[in-house]
Amino acid sequence: MSASVQTAVLSVSGIGKTYAQPVLGDVDLTLMRGEVLALTGENGAGKSTLSKIIGGLVTPTTGQMEFQGQPYQPANRTQAEKLGVRMVMQELNLLPTLTVAENLFLDDLPRRAGWIDRKRLRENAIKAMAQIGLEAIDPDTLVGDLGIGHQQMVEIARNLIGDCHVLILDEPTAMLTSREVEMLFEQITRLQARGVSIIYISHRLEELARVSQRIAVLRDGKLVCVEPIARYNSEQLVTLMVGRELGEHMDMGAREIGEVALSVKGLSRAGKVENVSFDVRRGEIFGISGLIGAGRTELLRLIYGADSADSGGIEVGQPLKAVTIRSPSDAVEHGIALITEDRKSEGLLMSQSISANIALGNMHSISKAGLVNAGDELKLAQRQVDAMRIRSSSPTQLVSELSGGNQQKVVIGRWLERDCPVMLFDEPTRGIDVGAKFDIYALLGELTRQGRALVVVSSDLRELMLICDRIGVLSAGRLIDTFERDSWTQDQLLAAAFAGYQKRDALLNEAAPRNDS
Amino acid sequence: MKNTSPAMQTLPARRGGNYLGLGTYLGLAGALLAMIVLFSLLSDHFLSYQTFSTLANQIPDLMVLSVGMTLILIIGGIDLSVGSVLALAASAVSVAIVGWGWSVFPAALLGIACATLAGTITGSITVAWRIPSFIVSLGVLEMARGVAYQMTNSRTAYIGDSFAWLSDPVAFGISPSFIIALLVIFIAQAVLTRTVFGRYLIGIGTNEEAVRLAGINPKPYKILVFSLMGLLAGVAALFQISRLEAADPNAGAGLELQVIAAVVIGGTSLMGGRGSIISTFFGVLIISVLAAGLAQIGATEPTKRIITGAVIVIAVVLDTYRSHRARRQG
Repeated sequence: MSASVQTAVLSVSGIGKTYAQPVLGDVDLTLMRGEVLALTGENGAGKSTLSKIIGGLVTPTTGQMEFQGQPYQPANRTQAEKLGVRMVMQELNLLPTLTVAENLFLDDLPRRAGWIDRKRLRENAIKAMAQIGLEAIDPDTLVGDLGIGHQQMVEIARNLIGDCHVLILDEPTAMLTSREVEMLFEQITRLQARGVSIIYISHRLEELARVSQRIAVLRDGKLVCVEPIARYNSEQLVTLMVGRELGEHMDMGAREIGEVALSVKGLSRAGKVENVSFDVRRGEIFGISGLIGAGRTELLRLIYGADSADSGGIEVGQPLKAVTIRSPSDAVEHGIALITEDRKSEGLLMSQSISANIALGNMHSISKAGLVNAGDELKLAQRQVDAMRIRSSSPTQLVSELSGGNQQKVVIGRWLERDCPVMLFDEPTRGIDVGAKFDIYALLGELTRQGRALVVVSSDLRELMLICDRIGVLSAGRLIDTFERDSWTQDQLLAAAFAGYQKRDALLNEAAPRNDS
Repeated sequence: MKNTSPAMQTLPARRGGNYLGLGTYLGLAGALLAMIVLFSLLSDHFLSYQTFSTLANQIPDLMVLSVGMTLILIIGGIDLSVGSVLALAASAVSVAIVGWGWSVFPAALLGIACATLAGTITGSITVAWRIPSFIVSLGVLEMARGVAYQMTNSRTAYIGDSFAWLSDPVAFGISPSFIIALLVIFIAQAVLTRTVFGRYLIGIGTNEEAVRLAGINPKPYKILVFSLMGLLAGVAALFQISRLEAADPNAGAGLELQVIAAVVIGGTSLMGGRGSIISTFFGVLIISVLAAGLAQIGATEPTKRIITGAVIVIAVVLDTYRSHRARRQG
């Protein structure tokens, strides 16, 4: 392959896109045959726009593109796909109620006299899946029964049917467990060997370093570097992305660890969480680690009363007292707050303003006798916009117009007005760019200094190791072990995360049911 | 975290900016005006005191029902039972007065109470079992109509002029019922935009789960909206009784569609989360002026229905187009 690596497949020059404001300007980039090019940058840096332009979903305002030596101006996605330029988006495009085979060939099902030719469909599907090493999955499995990792593979397989010269992967590992990530990387290597060029978009730097040869960094819509990735360490890359230095070490500041503020006693919910108990003290950050599906989100929802527990309970207050929590409003009354993982569907009123979102849940402080005081509402919003450094044009701006990081700050800001001594954070930095992440970490530190007790669930182990005082590891619904700061290693934490699944194969079978019989 | 910055007090408040801007009202007012001009050109008698007072006399029922329906659509629900509930309330009033010899006020209160109860039942079942209000209210539509027939033996009861004062014009062709309906509109608009209750309704319609996870129990608010709808159907029943001097168990059949049409023409979203009472008022005026105008120019019943239906569809298409564009520009 080494000879062909030097041939350019796709080149873009002077590409720019302007909506109300320019989001991408004057990008020059060449993609070689059979290479994996990492594309990274903060959220809003223009990664998605650039990839959508290449994939034919967006028409550029300026610039030209060339594909295999010919001018390339796809009018839409279908045209780009016909030429062999394919894109796997972050949101999967599969129909969960149809089988793998049907999903693979949905736009061109093999037919005989108008009826679907089941036999040929099955054969073609097996061939397509074999291409990326997934012979193990029965093509008659419903897509909805597959684990998210395998679904992603099916999506990739679908894009490889027919000609595929350029494959764009947009944050392909966002939903994957580390084992599924390994599987994906293996497939990427295979594709590369076949001469497929891949644009790999992600801001997980360690992944980029593993799979890609060159890295392109976007900042504020401009390309700041295209270089062999080996030239940089991750700290330098972060600096390139955000344009300023960020300390690797996190100083959470001096604070006092006080009394127990939340005591969880044997919480269980069938099939999700099994007899989990732990204490969190004032001024402490308790991390919860584990694989996706280990019951982390479910545990937080049980504590908060969003779902009801089958058994067990919690104690809060000073002195500790057992409380009954049947609904989120009970939890809030007892001083517990939950910042959910999915901001869009569970946290925010997307079509409403920042101020309306912050006011929600704080009506008592801005209303009298049921009447909202518009002035107080705005002041409240402005106070949080300033305190949280929410980047916005005004408190009346719609939250749908904000970046992910700023949306997260709006959700947190809503809770800061209420003095909840216990705050539960579910993936507080998911989908947030590096700069905003450190803002959130600093805020968590500030909250502990105020004497609040924090519980933080995160899939990013390094993040937890950076900010937590203790980390509890959930595995298959059970709290396997709790580690103290300075006495943990990444390996121990990972081992604990797998401990609940007695054999590794249990996981695999769960993810890919087979009809062997 | 309560560190206040000094620079913040100077921001201009965008009044009602979260909901519907002035632009929407201008569009609706323009459409209404165009319609009035058109009918004035087509008919010599249209632009007259007579038309105006007839309209003012006839629309109070539609006005109050549409207010309730707007709130229901805002929380993402729908209530198909309003016409039947109106008939139920009217029947209760007639039985109380004619059958039991009650005086006007207790009878009126009984009618309103029955209607409120019917709305509360719809709301409670919808909320308790998480069933779409569409189907629950469809059931209540049948039940309320059945109870109305049962109570009255399916006969229209003549009540006389004891309620007539409600629809007798006091000045400029305007009756107390019209004034009451206007008051309901202004109060409801204030409730929607200026009270905690109103904020919660819009929040629930936008994203109920987010509201719940913000520590607010949405259930009582949702039930309350359906109760209010019932109450307003009771009020509308009184307006109708006063105009007809009779209580008809067949009253209000198909009225729900007219009410929903008026609300939707006003631009309230069927998906919830977006709506305005003032816009709904314009919707009521548009649909009523259209009906009155078509009658004056001698349109036949089939023609009237075809044109009215077309106007509803056009209004929704325009509204969809407008909100798409707004989203793109945002």
